[in-house]
Amino acid sequence: MINQQNYKAFADTRAPKSPMVRNLICAFLIGGAICTVGQLILNLWKLAGLQDTDAAGATSASMIFLGALFTGLGLYDKLAKYAGAGTLVPITGFSNAIVSAALEYKSEGYVMGMSAKMFTIAGPVLVFGISFSVVYGLILILFGLGG
Amino acid sequence: MAVKKLGNQSFLLSNPVTLAGFASVVGKKEGEGPLEFDYVSSDDTFGEKSWEKAESRMQRDALDRALAKAGCAEPELELIFAGDLINQCIASAFAVRGRNAPFLGLYGACSTMAEGLSLASLAIDGGFVDCAAAVSSSHFCSAERQYRFPLEYGGQRTPTAQWTVTGAGAAILKACGDGPRITKVCLGKIVDFGINDANNMGAAMAPAAHDTLKAFFADTDTKPADYDLILTGDLGNVGKQLLVDLFADEGTDLGARYDDCGSMIYDGARQDTHAGGSGCGCGSVVLCCHVLGGMRKRRWRRVLFAGTGALMSPVSTQQGESIPGICHLVCIEY
Amino acid sequence: MDYVKAFLVGGVLCVIGQLLIDRTKLTPARILVSYVIGGIVLSGLGLYKPLAEWAGAGATIPLTGFGHTLATGVREAVAEKGLLGAFTGGVKAAAAGITASVIFGYLFALVCKPKAK
Repeated sequence: MINQQNYKAFADTRAPKSPMVRNLICAFLIGGAICTVGQLILNLWKLAGLQDTDAAGATSASMIFLGALFTGLGLYDKLAKYAGAGTLVPITGFSNAIVSAALEYKSEGYVMGMSAKMFTIAGPVLVFGISFSVVYGLILILFGLGG
Repeated sequence: MAVKKLGNQSFLLSNPVTLAGFASVVGKKEGEGPLEFDYVSSDDTFGEKSWEKAESRMQRDALDRALAKAGCAEPELELIFAGDLINQCIASAFAVRGRNAPFLGLYGACSTMAEGLSLASLAIDGGFVDCAAAVSSSHFCSAERQYRFPLEYGGQRTPTAQWTVTGAGAAILKACGDGPRITKVCLGKIVDFGINDANNMGAAMAPAAHDTLKAFFADTDTKPADYDLILTGDLGNVGKQLLVDLFADEGTDLGARYDDCGSMIYDGARQDTHAGGSGCGCGSVVLCCHVLGGMRKRRWRRVLFAGTGALMSPVSTQQGESIPGICHLVCIEY
Repeated sequence: MDYVKAFLVGGVLCVIGQLLIDRTKLTPARILVSYVIGGIVLSGLGLYKPLAEWAGAGATIPLTGFGHTLATGVREAVAEKGLLGAFTGGVKAAAAGITASVIFGYLFALVCKPKAK
């Protein structure tokens, strides 16, 4: 007998499952490919004469540019449909979250729409990233690990 | 004395209300699906600057077409019931701007069309007006940004997720005339069985559909076999199966006469729509073309149209609330 | 060879993300936040640096790499300036990424339009 208490569990058994194996393979291949492109760009920046840390920064910026470009062209979400985490986890996914939000809210104006809502999805990454890095810094100081 | 009330939730119209004209306007993807519509736009912007404007435009077009098909001049229209998914129902309010009839905006999520048809029939049978319209719409692009993510955001949809239909359906109801007629109405209660996954609305709405259908069968002393077609609003493939299971669990077989608008509107295998269609426009465009048109051709004589709605908002979802479901039903005969 | 390493490590980090999506119903935003925090923690424990040296872009392009950049920046700045470094180091090290995302986000949003699906 299905009732209010056991319905949720019953509905779960009836829900089709994500094609997990296919998703994992796609995420691995596409995510790996994006990182390989990143490696190519990193090597090019190094060839251009940048130091290691500068080359890493330039690579991040270049990948963010590519993520923004593919989002603007309307291609990133098509790739993401197959890639899942393969396009979410690389920094291009961070860029996609920003550009897609900015594009979407453009119709509400450039200041309170596009600019204010640009970080609706990606904002938490900066908030948590920066906050935890400060916490880490304070821990280093408290325990005298900062040198 | 409520002489027209049957049982707990149902109403018997003493003068059945005629669906004199009906029309549906849809977007490109819906046009590529298996069903026929009055108008398919090749461009989901409908020539407008924003998705919200596009949705209003669809509603306006659908109502104009329904009025023309009913042979009804604009001044005859005495009352408009309309609803959509956008916050504060702006698509509807902006769509009726410039019309000269009183307007009542509705929010019933995907049950809006059934809610509008119910209220319009009650108003006409009550003798308050002779001609009323029920309209509802949804637009994939305006719904997506409000309920989920920006359009270009790269996300993966879960297999239980439904695809919001881009479309508007309108029906003109009259006190007399030829056409399919609404004979009974059953208004639903909020039913919440604790589903809180906004990507599985079918599962959240199925118990509401079950509750209303069961109440209607009891109130009218009928059974599923008494009808040629039982149609739920948009439970989608997942919710449809759950409703069949809920009835089977108590020994009732809905049989092949049962179908769901969300499962009918797209070709799931070809169009990648996962669990099927949803949105205020889903039930209304399927009803206002395929079903009512089919009734005119005598394909079905007695039809139950049960619009189902998932009454959550992005705020309630983020606060972890479960999803209240609702289902309103109209019995249409010809 | 560094391309193969980048492919493998980047791919594995994405597979972990996919497992989180399919198994836990975590929203994408929560997964990204977890990755950044995870990167900071692993970097703080001294585990991420060897991985980044071995895998190159395979470890720096996923968002854990963003966490690693923040943590490395803070560590160096704290060593140099003490308390002030805890506040300046992270964002300074991640400046290129943060600025690029704002600028390119704005530019592409100006030029392009969202498309109907």
